Amino acid sequence: MQHGKYRFIVGFLIAPLALYAIFVIWPFIQSIYYSFTDWTGLSSDFKMVGFDNYKKMFEDDIFWKSLQHSVLFVLLLPLVTLALALFLAFMINVGGRQRKGATIAGVRGSGFYKIAYFFPQVLSIAIVALLFQFAYNPESGAINAALSAVGLDNVQPLWLGDPDLALWCVMAVLIWSTVGFFVVLFSAGMASIPKDYYEAALLDGADRFTTFFRITLPLLWDTVQAGWIYMGILALGAEAFAVVQIMTVGPGGGGPDYSTTVLPLYVYQTAFRDAQAGYATTIGVALLVVTLSFAAVVTKLGRRERLEF
Amino acid sequence: MGSTSAHSNEGLGRRDLIKRSAAVGLITVPTMSFLASCASSDSGGDEKVEKGKTSAKNPLGANETAQLEVVIFNGGFGEQYAIDAEKRYNTAFPKAPKVKHAATEKIQSTLQPRFNGGTPPDLIDNSGAEQMDMGVLVGKKQLTDLTALMDAPSYDDPAKKVRDTLRPGIVEMGQFDGDPVWIMYYAYTVYGVWYSQKALENLDATYPETWDDMLALCAKAKKKGIAGWTYAGKHPYYIPFSLYPMIAKIGGVEVLDKIDNLEPNAWKDPAVKTAFEAYYELYKKGYILQGTPGLDHIQSQTAWTKGKALFIPNGSWVENEAAKTMPADFNLAVGAPSGIDSSDKLPFGTIWASGGEPFIVPQKAKNPQGGMELLRIMLSEESSKNFTSQVKSLTALNGGTDGIELTPGLKSAVAALDKAGENVVNPRLQDWYVKLQKEQIGVAGLGEMMAGRLTPAETIKKIQGYADAAAKDQSIKHYKHQ
Repeated sequence: MQHGKYRFIVGFLIAPLALYAIFVIWPFIQSIYYSFTDWTGLSSDFKMVGFDNYKKMFEDDIFWKSLQHSVLFVLLLPLVTLALALFLAFMINVGGRQRKGATIAGVRGSGFYKIAYFFPQVLSIAIVALLFQFAYNPESGAINAALSAVGLDNVQPLWLGDPDLALWCVMAVLIWSTVGFFVVLFSAGMASIPKDYYEAALLDGADRFTTFFRITLPLLWDTVQAGWIYMGILALGAEAFAVVQIMTVGPGGGGPDYSTTVLPLYVYQTAFRDAQAGYATTIGVALLVVTLSFAAVVTKLGRRERLEF
Repeated sequence: MGSTSAHSNEGLGRRDLIKRSAAVGLITVPTMSFLASCASSDSGGDEKVEKGKTSAKNPLGANETAQLEVVIFNGGFGEQYAIDAEKRYNTAFPKAPKVKHAATEKIQSTLQPRFNGGTPPDLIDNSGAEQMDMGVLVGKKQLTDLTALMDAPSYDDPAKKVRDTLRPGIVEMGQFDGDPVWIMYYAYTVYGVWYSQKALENLDATYPETWDDMLALCAKAKKKGIAGWTYAGKHPYYIPFSLYPMIAKIGGVEVLDKIDNLEPNAWKDPAVKTAFEAYYELYKKGYILQGTPGLDHIQSQTAWTKGKALFIPNGSWVENEAAKTMPADFNLAVGAPSGIDSSDKLPFGTIWASGGEPFIVPQKAKNPQGGMELLRIMLSEESSKNFTSQVKSLTALNGGTDGIELTPGLKSAVAALDKAGENVVNPRLQDWYVKLQKEQIGVAGLGEMMAGRLTPAETIKKIQGYADAAAKDQSIKHYKHQ
């Protein structure tokens, strides 16, 4: 039965595969084709220019800057978000003090925390970005107001107006808005880990630290890996674009001195503001390469024997 | 069938399948494919409608029975003014079907496919954040030459050509290379230093004509806890609205023309240095509102209408845009940029004013004469007054404000134009080289300087570098002042 299995599976998937080919694969091929043209995006008249766009890209400082930011996003965002979410989920589900009747329990009020953490997930990313734009307002925003309220009148950072801080501000918003989802996801994963493992570990005198690294994390690995991929998509795709565009750049271009430009934003600006759709697809191809390498790394690192329980 | 757990080397297991499809899915999500979806096929439009008979009432020869299609940018000026003009078009051509009207905020998303497909509408207000790049449209021969409209008799006075009824600079702005006029800018914007007359009166001050007076006034305001200036810190390309005419006042219009022409060392002119250093002085002396570099345009305008800062570089749309937060007794006014002293080349009053709301008639429009005829109607005194009273902005029609009640800001803008007389400058960087003007000169240059992160000398060097790169870049179309 092993023979012809792919063909068998493809037979079932013919309709989705066809859609996938038309709406995903074909546009990819087209994009790669357009990356060798000088298409403006505003008229149907364009010609092949060979590797000119690629040459231009390699000499383009802004491209390298945005690549750097995107790589930073894709490395840091999943790491910080997932670590934070794991910690919070562990505290909510397992990390509490022992109480009567239950071997393991979350910290007090964990039900409330679970809802509170999930709350940002309900808001659209555009609204989150707008809200934080108000909070980061250095002149009358909530954060600087809080700083002066506790007597830090001299510490009034410019936040989104400071090239050294802006990128971190944007990242913090993305973490804030996504961590709750993973808390809930990991909580669900933790709930399916049999309690006896914890009981056994506790009998052997394991502390919270050990239980987490020896029991929770290994049994949760599949979920963490899925989260990793999801965060990668977010860091390279629409969410990163949206927060950067709304919070720092705006429609006409902005943000302090290119300090927050990310690849998807640069693609958008080149195509729709500068009317250089051909060059934009070239940057798009670069984005594709980054994404592919991320996917390769994740699947490689994530390969690991699965524990059945 | 496939095994249900992942054994190694044994074909495709369930988990492998899931893992692989996850990997493939991951590739596709941050996709670049949205670009390619605007397929660039050239299907070509239908035939154009036949040209109508020209007459005194119909000098452009619009077809009297043909459909006219109009797309308006639905932004700060709304769409009502256009609907009113279209009604007048239908009155003039009773046999034509009702004008097909559409209004959108997303000009580019709506119209790009139609340009690529060769079936654009007849008249477009190509404005807003999604404005289509004019240079590219002109370069790719997508627009109709509006010279016929410019030379047609004007609506109110058949003895005068349309071009002679327009405000200074409007026709030139519509030209790119040579004589053809590609764009008809309908609104007229006055740029400058905007302030509250009342705030100045509270300080017993008048608008300062020299920079020393400006600094003295800022010092006086600072003692009362009011900042001298604020600006759109995240969008610092608002600073040129008062900085560029200041450069022209100090060194003459030629300096700005050289900058527009991307001439080598244009930014190294002493007038540029003087003006930059004057503005940098505002930062150094602490006259800029705390936190300004982190504010966007709305936030800075709000701080300004609340009275936290005296001056803001802006355009005449600010009266409409900041109306919600502006106190009733604010008494908005605009000042021409303060100069250095009497050795300046141009007198005080030199101001930047130029067209806004660019209207275009596509090359492949079916009814181009109709589109131009509608523009001719819009440039009549009646339509112009209608626009001004509806949206608090001047139009390209010179005069045309008699007998209507002007708001304080508009009244002050008209007075500023009167005072400027011939000395209206019109720097073209922002419509010729959008990226250079906004992102490079504005954000990366002036924004950094006004936040104190670059000195004027460093800023000039950086901006000159950007300008040189733009001059060298063959993928950008280059323009020159005639």
